[in-house]
Amino acid sequence: MNAVVIDAFAGAEVPQPDPNPAAEVKPMVRYKGVTKSFGDLQVLKGIDLEMQPGEKVAVIGPSGSGKTTMGRMLMTLEEPTEGTIEVDGELLWHMQEKGRLVRANEKHLHRMRCSVGMVFQHFNLFPHMSVLRNVTEAPRKVLGLSKEEAEERAVSMLGKVGLDDKLKMYPANLSGGQKQRVAIARALVMRPKVMVFDEVTSALDPELVGEVLEVIREIAEEGDMAMMLITHEMDFAKEIADRVIFGADGLIVEQGTPEEIFDNPRSERLQNFLQRFRSN
Amino acid sequence: MWDWNYVFDILPELLSALKMTVWVTLCAFVVALIIGLLLAFAARSQWKPVSLMTKGIIEFIRNTPLLVQVFFLYYSLPLLTGISIPAFYAGVIGLGLHYSTYLSEVYRSGIEGVPKGQWEAATALNYTKAQTWRSIILPQAVPPIIPVLGNYLIVMFKETPILCAITLVEMMLTAKNIVSQSFRAFEPYTLVGILFLIISYIASLLVQRLEKRMNLQRGK
Ligand SMILES: Nc1ncnc2c1ncn2[C@@H]1O[C@H](COP(=O)(O)OP(=O)(O)OP(=O)(O)O)[C@@H](O)[C@H]1O
Ligand SMILES: [Mg+2]
Repeated sequence: MNAVVIDAFAGAEVPQPDPNPAAEVKPMVRYKGVTKSFGDLQVLKGIDLEMQPGEKVAVIGPSGSGKTTMGRMLMTLEEPTEGTIEVDGELLWHMQEKGRLVRANEKHLHRMRCSVGMVFQHFNLFPHMSVLRNVTEAPRKVLGLSKEEAEERAVSMLGKVGLDDKLKMYPANLSGGQKQRVAIARALVMRPKVMVFDEVTSALDPELVGEVLEVIREIAEEGDMAMMLITHEMDFAKEIADRVIFGADGLIVEQGTPEEIFDNPRSERLQNFLQRFRSN
Repeated sequence: MWDWNYVFDILPELLSALKMTVWVTLCAFVVALIIGLLLAFAARSQWKPVSLMTKGIIEFIRNTPLLVQVFFLYYSLPLLTGISIPAFYAGVIGLGLHYSTYLSEVYRSGIEGVPKGQWEAATALNYTKAQTWRSIILPQAVPPIIPVLGNYLIVMFKETPILCAITLVEMMLTAKNIVSQSFRAFEPYTLVGILFLIISYIASLLVQRLEKRMNLQRGK
C-alpha cells in the first residue's frame, strides 16, 4: 500500500513527512458506537466498523436488520441517533465549534459529501435529463467543471459501463440494467473515495443482474475506491469482497474474510441465515 | 332592440378595455406565480415558526373575500401608511396575492409528486439545496401542474370585474361608464360577456391542448 502511494508521487513534490505516523493507517470510514432509532424503534444498536482506503466490504444480513440505514448514514441521508462516523479521518455528522462537538451544519456536510457516493436500489436517475446530462450535470454544477471537461469525463465513464452509445436517450427508454449502469457512472464521475452500493441489483429482472454485477466487478478491480456493498448476492459478495459483515437485529454479529463468513460461519445466527439462503 | 350601429360605436372602447383587462390578469398571474412559489417554499420550511406562519397567512387570505382585500389595499392602506397605490397596482397585487395562496397549493402538489429518491440522488451527488430545487425538483414538479396553472389564469381573468370597485378601468367599468352616458345597458354588458366568453374559451382550448401534450409526453 505504502509503496503504491509513494510511487504515485514520484517525480512530483517531495512528500512531506507525516507529523502524525498514526495517520498512515487512518481508515477511510469509521463508525463508532452508532445507533439509530426511528421513533421507538431502535434499528441500529451500536455499530463499530472500519473500512480501509480501497477496501471492499460486503454487508449481508436478513431483511430489516438495518443495512440500508447504515449505508444511508454514510451518505448523510440519515442522521445517527448516537455515536460518530468518520470519513477520511474527519467527523461526518459533527464538527468542532468553540472547542465543543456540535451537529454538523450544511456547509460541513457539503464538504464531507465530496468523499462519498451512493448507488440506489431504484436507480433514482433524473427522468427529465438525457443519459449524458444525468452524468454531466453534477460535475458541472457541483465540481465546477467546464462543459467540455464534464462531457469528456462523463463519456469515458459511460464507456466504462458500456453505454456511451446511449448518450441522448432518456432514462424512461432504458432497461433496468442500463439505468443502473448509468446511475453507477453518475456516481463514479464525482470520484468519491468511498461508495455505498445498496442492493443495486435487487430491483432488476434476473436476466439483467449479470451486466450490472460485471460493471461493479470491474470498478472493484480498479481498486482505489472503498466500497460498501449491501447485497443479497452471496456469490458476488464472496467473489469481490475483502471482508464480509453480517448484521442482524441492528448489530454486527460476525465479520471476516469471505471464506471465514461463508465457509466457516461461527455464530448460529449466521449459520441459520446462510442455510436459509442456500435452500431458497 | 339590438342596435348594431351602437355596438360598433362602443366596440373600440371595450376592446381597449379588454386589452387592459388581459394586461391586469397577466401581471397578477405573474405575481401569483412568484408569490405562490415563495409561499410553497415557506410552508415547507423546516423552521416551524416560518411554516406555521405561512400556513396561517394562506388560510387568512383564502378565507377573506377578494373584494375586501382589494378595497383594503386601495382605500385603507393609504390611510394607515400614507402610501397610496394606483388602482392598477392595487388590482395586480390584490388579485395576484389572493390567487398566490391557491397556486401555492398547486405547487405543493407538484413538489410532492416528485419521488423522494430524486432528493436523495441530489444529496448523494452533493447538490446544494438551491441547485436541487432549480435543476432537479422544479423541472419535474412544474410540467405536470401547467394545465392547472392555466386554469387558474382563466379563473383570474374572469375575476377582474371585481376590480371595477377600485376604479380600475377594465371592461366592466368601461361598460358601466358607457351605460351611464347612453342609458343603454343591453349591448355594452352583453358585449362584455361575449368578450369574456371568447377569450376564456380560447384560453381553455389552449390549456386542453397543453394538457394533452403533457399527458402524451409523460405517458410514453
Ligand atoms: N425512515 C424510516 N422511518 C421509520 N422506520 C424506518 C425508516 N427507515 C427504515 N426503517 C425501519 O428500520 C428497519 C431497518 O431498515 P433497513 O432498510 O435499514 O433494513 P435493511 O437491512 O436494509 O433491510 P432490507 O434487506 O429489507 O433492505 C426496518 O424495520 C424499517 O422498517
Ligand atoms: Mg435495504
